[in-house]
Amino acid sequence: MTQMTSMQRVLTALGHQEPDRVPFFLLLSMHGAKELGLTLKDYYSNAENIVEGQLRLRKKYQHDNIYAFFYAAIETEAWGGEAIFIEDGPPNAGAPIIKKPEDITALSPPEVASSEKLQVVLEAIEKLKEKVGDEAPIIGVAISPFSLPVMQIGFEGYLNLIIERPEMFEQLMKINQKFSVDWANAQLRAGATAICYFDPVSSPTIITPEMYSTTGFKIASAALPQINGPTATHMASGRCLPIIDKLIETGTEMVGVSTLEDLAEIKKRAAGKVTVFGNLNGVEMRRWTEDEAAARVREAIDAAAAGGGFILSDNHGEIPFQVPDDVLTAISETARDYGRYTD
Amino acid sequence: MDSLSEGVLYLVKGEFGEKRIRVLTVLAERKRCIMSELAEFNKLIYAMDQVEARALAERHSSEIGPLGFMEKIVGPTLEKIGEDWECGDASLSQVFMAGKITEKIIDDLFEHQKPLSVDSGRVAICVLEDHHFLGKRIVYSHLRACGVEALDYGRREAHQLADLVVDDEIEILLISALMLPSALAVKRVRNNFNDRGIKTKIVVGGAPFNMDSRLWTEVGADAMGANAAEAMSIILELAGDLQ
Repeated sequence: MTQMTSMQRVLTALGHQEPDRVPFFLLLSMHGAKELGLTLKDYYSNAENIVEGQLRLRKKYQHDNIYAFFYAAIETEAWGGEAIFIEDGPPNAGAPIIKKPEDITALSPPEVASSEKLQVVLEAIEKLKEKVGDEAPIIGVAISPFSLPVMQIGFEGYLNLIIERPEMFEQLMKINQKFSVDWANAQLRAGATAICYFDPVSSPTIITPEMYSTTGFKIASAALPQINGPTATHMASGRCLPIIDKLIETGTEMVGVSTLEDLAEIKKRAAGKVTVFGNLNGVEMRRWTEDEAAARVREAIDAAAAGGGFILSDNHGEIPFQVPDDVLTAISETARDYGRYTD
Repeated sequence: MDSLSEGVLYLVKGEFGEKRIRVLTVLAERKRCIMSELAEFNKLIYAMDQVEARALAERHSSEIGPLGFMEKIVGPTLEKIGEDWECGDASLSQVFMAGKITEKIIDDLFEHQKPLSVDSGRVAICVLEDHHFLGKRIVYSHLRACGVEALDYGRREAHQLADLVVDDEIEILLISALMLPSALAVKRVRNNFNDRGIKTKIVVGGAPFNMDSRLWTEVGADAMGANAAEAMSIILELAGDLQ
């Protein structure tokens, strides 16, 4: 088979066909700063840094995607919150912008165009698109309306809100949905190929499947059709198997799956309906030897690659800063060699 | 020894009189009752039904006492939900609400008498260097619902903990971490403790430790609790060792 471009490879896999080899996404964000010798705070302050970082990383590891994700807390910055930077990991969201449920009454979604931080992301996507054209997919990121409140109100406050203040929860979902959809579509307009819809709160790790049916599922079913491009729903290490049929029903094209679940079983349930991506353990990856990395890649490919509909990646949606280059190289080499569908 | 075991002991000793048999029958019935109440309480907690859970607690604790209710009903319920969460059969929202509901029930049941604290040594709990408090809250509630009063240090930097545990004479420090860098920062806490000859045991928990089973040893912790119930068991075990 003639060698495909990354875009052709990914689209073939998404069409539940076998491309020349298994596509693999390295969802690298912070490693770009390492490449440029910058602190994370400096790296994310400038679109040119991201462009250069992403291009260098792709040249080095030859993965099949560009990742336009900065950090999750950038969305709370757009809402007037704070991102707290550290040296060796993603910034944390600072104090919740919603102090008490009643604050939701006065809340309105920020305009994407008014957020300096989000504009840097859009500028980076535009410039990346100019560089890679249609050769490789550019993956943008939007936190789901349902999962965003973990940063807006805090996890404990949010669980209390869902369970004890359903009317305020519904109001917040309406406000968040407008922002999430606007943000996703702005990235698609800037040149993103697809949107990773991060929705970890929907995972059965966090809420029951019954709660998902009445909350995260309904919200995704309303939001995803308004996003003008393909979406990949990601549970950020959370489980998805008990709700896989509902996830498919939301109309998402891809599902990011956890290392805690049986990849072969998920693939069986998803085959022909939704593309599975995952599920290398990002936390363990930090201490893998090259042989271990190769073995884990082979296991994932054996479990899920047959028939297409599979993209190899990590299980969290972001590879930790601590993962060393030789492990990433071993993942890349094994994926490109062992992952060939035809000789 | 529980009631049924006591009854069995009578049998083993050959103490068969009619009175003994009547006692045995009563004890077996009480055990069945507790199992039935436990199953019902479990169901209500999993359903996050605060109102009915509280009603059951008030009804049943009047029969077996608040301490009996805490030990025989609340403890096993929280243990089961923790284990179920770890293997994917319960959600974090259920675990969180279970801790919250039972903590409140126990507080109210013991309203007019000081809670009988489990002999756990001096325990403190903190979030290390990140801003995610849910895990700490769940463990803290679980401990309180089971009779362990931990000192809550809130969020702390690694370098702050040595002074705190010395000043408060803490024997067991529970550290909750959601982000990987925070989990790795436990190593700095351990090094600080070692440098100062502090013997406080460190028990860690949180997502990075659940994702990588070797991480807790790598950072020099004494133990890792995959869920709040495990943290409770570890505390009791370590407290026993300390004595």
